[in-house]
Amino acid sequence: MSTGIERHETEEALAELIGDRLLERDDHLNAPGFVIRPDDVQSVLADLREEAGFDMLSCVTGQAYDDRYETIYHLKRYADPTREASVVVPTATDEPVSETAEPIYRAADWGERECYDLVGIEYEGHPDHRRILLPETWQGHPLSPDYDQDKPQIVTLSEHANPIQPDHRESDTMFLNIGPHHPATHGVLHVKTVLDGETVVDLDPDIGYLHRCEEQMCQQGTYRHQIMPYPDRWDYVSSGLLNEWAYARAAEDLADIEVPEYAQVIRTMGAELCRIASHMLALGTFALDVYGEFTALFQYTFRDREIVQDILEDLTGQRLMFNYFRLGGVAWDLPEPREEFFENVRDFLDELPAKVVEYNDMVTSNEIFQVRCVDTGVLEPEVAKSYGVTGPVARGSGVDYDLRRDDPYGYYENLEWNVVTEDGMDNYSRVLVRMQEVEESAKIIEQCVDLLEEWPEDDREIQANVPRTLKPDAGAETYRSVEAAKGELGIYIRSDGTDTPARFKIRSPCFHNLSALAEMAEGEYIPDLVASLGSLDIVLGEVDR
Amino acid sequence: MSNEPRQRIQDSTAPSTDTREDRMGSGVDARMNSKLREAFGASPFILTKFDQFMNWVRGNSMFMLQFGIACCSIEMIHTYAIKHDVDRYGAGVPRASPRQADVMIVPGTIVSKFGPRMKRVYDQMPEPKFVVGMGSCTISGGPFQEGYNVVKGAEEIIPVDIHVPGCPPRPEALVYGILKLQERIQHGESSPVVVKPYELEEFGDLPEDELVQKLAAEIDEEDLVMRYNWADSP
Ligand code: SF4
Repeated sequence: MSTGIERHETEEALAELIGDRLLERDDHLNAPGFVIRPDDVQSVLADLREEAGFDMLSCVTGQAYDDRYETIYHLKRYADPTREASVVVPTATDEPVSETAEPIYRAADWGERECYDLVGIEYEGHPDHRRILLPETWQGHPLSPDYDQDKPQIVTLSEHANPIQPDHRESDTMFLNIGPHHPATHGVLHVKTVLDGETVVDLDPDIGYLHRCEEQMCQQGTYRHQIMPYPDRWDYVSSGLLNEWAYARAAEDLADIEVPEYAQVIRTMGAELCRIASHMLALGTFALDVYGEFTALFQYTFRDREIVQDILEDLTGQRLMFNYFRLGGVAWDLPEPREEFFENVRDFLDELPAKVVEYNDMVTSNEIFQVRCVDTGVLEPEVAKSYGVTGPVARGSGVDYDLRRDDPYGYYENLEWNVVTEDGMDNYSRVLVRMQEVEESAKIIEQCVDLLEEWPEDDREIQANVPRTLKPDAGAETYRSVEAAKGELGIYIRSDGTDTPARFKIRSPCFHNLSALAEMAEGEYIPDLVASLGSLDIVLGEVDR
Repeated sequence: MSNEPRQRIQDSTAPSTDTREDRMGSGVDARMNSKLREAFGASPFILTKFDQFMNWVRGNSMFMLQFGIACCSIEMIHTYAIKHDVDRYGAGVPRASPRQADVMIVPGTIVSKFGPRMKRVYDQMPEPKFVVGMGSCTISGGPFQEGYNVVKGAEEIIPVDIHVPGCPPRPEALVYGILKLQERIQHGESSPVVVKPYELEEFGDLPEDELVQKLAAEIDEEDLVMRYNWADSP
């Protein structure tokens, strides 16, 4: 686009742009890292955004060192996610206060709240500075060094306080709790809404009802084996292999491990099977949400999920929590007899086109469905970008961003497939994107099966030779992401030279996508809020981690 | 008595006329006579204890609560859905409201923020109510047992009748657990509570200590709270 952005392609040019606000360099394996002062955050980020085209705040990582706290802003470009930059903001231990980045990137709103909640860094000027995952009354910040996990905690159960409140305008508003135990929230999400009649005037998603300390668990596990079971449990809607890949990619980058090509093909095939299963559930539950379709469509999608799960069980040994990837490859080769396995996969693929037609007949061309979905829950692309929205939600808003193509990994580069986008920006487009992605995934799987069938027997290497105990170099840091079912799933790891990570941070796509819900639902009717929430396809395990 | 069915309804599209007369006149409609009834012959009475009869009925008509928490709930949905279909055992229509439900499957990890909510939902269910704990998380906290925010098992909050181990348990395992629960209900059994659960209590009733003093400004005396003594968890 503009020449200004190209001018800032190189690291030197970026350093020059930051000028004397740059204190020192702290490069990460994936990107140059620029250390700045806590009170320069807004000015530096604004320059990087405006001048250098970093329009995506992918992740905000907070961490505590022995002598300082540190916030890292991982920046990317939607147009080219391989161009990355990290802005590192250290703060003193006794006064961990830093300027907020919220006016520059909306994504920093929730990101910084999480850093405050878990690590204890405070952000000056943040519009909504409170805890996000843990209860309001929690004492201490669990990922800070002096936290004592055995101390008692008190958690409140706040009641439905004063539901109807007088308003300055003509009418009264009503406060309505949706969740955390509610069928339409897809798990344990709590949405505090304020209604004027049937219109949503204010909305505040309250998350953390499934905050299972995933980051702490990963920080306690060893790289080689103990971390891999956890990714399955982030996005647990059968997206296990996609999540495992995020960890595998980051750790392989950190420890410099090459994955054999054969294993890459198996990974690609498995991951796309997971994507199909995950999109099927999204479709089934969405139809359930918008027009109460429990008998036919919901059951149809579950019928198809069962088939995929059977194939995945043959491949990995488990229906849902696969734990199949290993650093440097996969756990085991395809099941014997191979022909039978290929036949099962091919049978599924052969039947899929007819099923997709059926789904389109029943869902997307259904009039009730269209009334509920077309032009509701509109998310403008620019808004989506500033919230760091990714995945089918972004692609349904016309943002052409897919890491499988833009930041290639695995075997995707060598296969024929397309990135699906729709410009409707509404709930309907997001469903269309998912439906078409199922077809694209099927194409990928088919090509993988072709490759695997032909693969010479003496060259079937499933794992690289990885040392039994992995100890990446002390001080190495990396941030790597993959295209999971819901969008960009990123992992930041910092190594301190031991066999467990010093900091393990998960960038969850659902977390960012959900943060944009208010933009989609405010000013719309309450039933449209439910539709929008369904079309985001969030999984609370991944939102809360 | 032959095993021949009374009426053949397959393989024919002809109008069925043989039961037409049965509706006419007064007295018991002959269509209501099952083969079983015929077996009783002239003395159509059974003798049973009322309690036993009630438990038998109760066990065969379980109303599940629609309650999803974490990963296990995906396998729970699969158990409800096509293929595994728990409706076969009269337990397949989940109720969205706790007031209409009498069995709660707890499918997942319980964290501090959710504990009070789960207790509240459980309290809203009418007695007699039963709980199936699904997955390792409801047994001990499962893979997340060491987490700073994770309740070490559902029994720390509500009584659990059946534990189904696994991470996640397969749908078959959950079906087995549900059948076991049916059996237990039919025998009128319930599980004794062995741990003292965390209670929902008014903030003002908590024994005063450092933490309570610190929070006194934030929480009203009458607010319901749950106090987690993590150090005492198993
Ligand atoms: S037992 Fe396993 S599968 Fe079930 S909720 Fe816990 S972690 Fe998830």
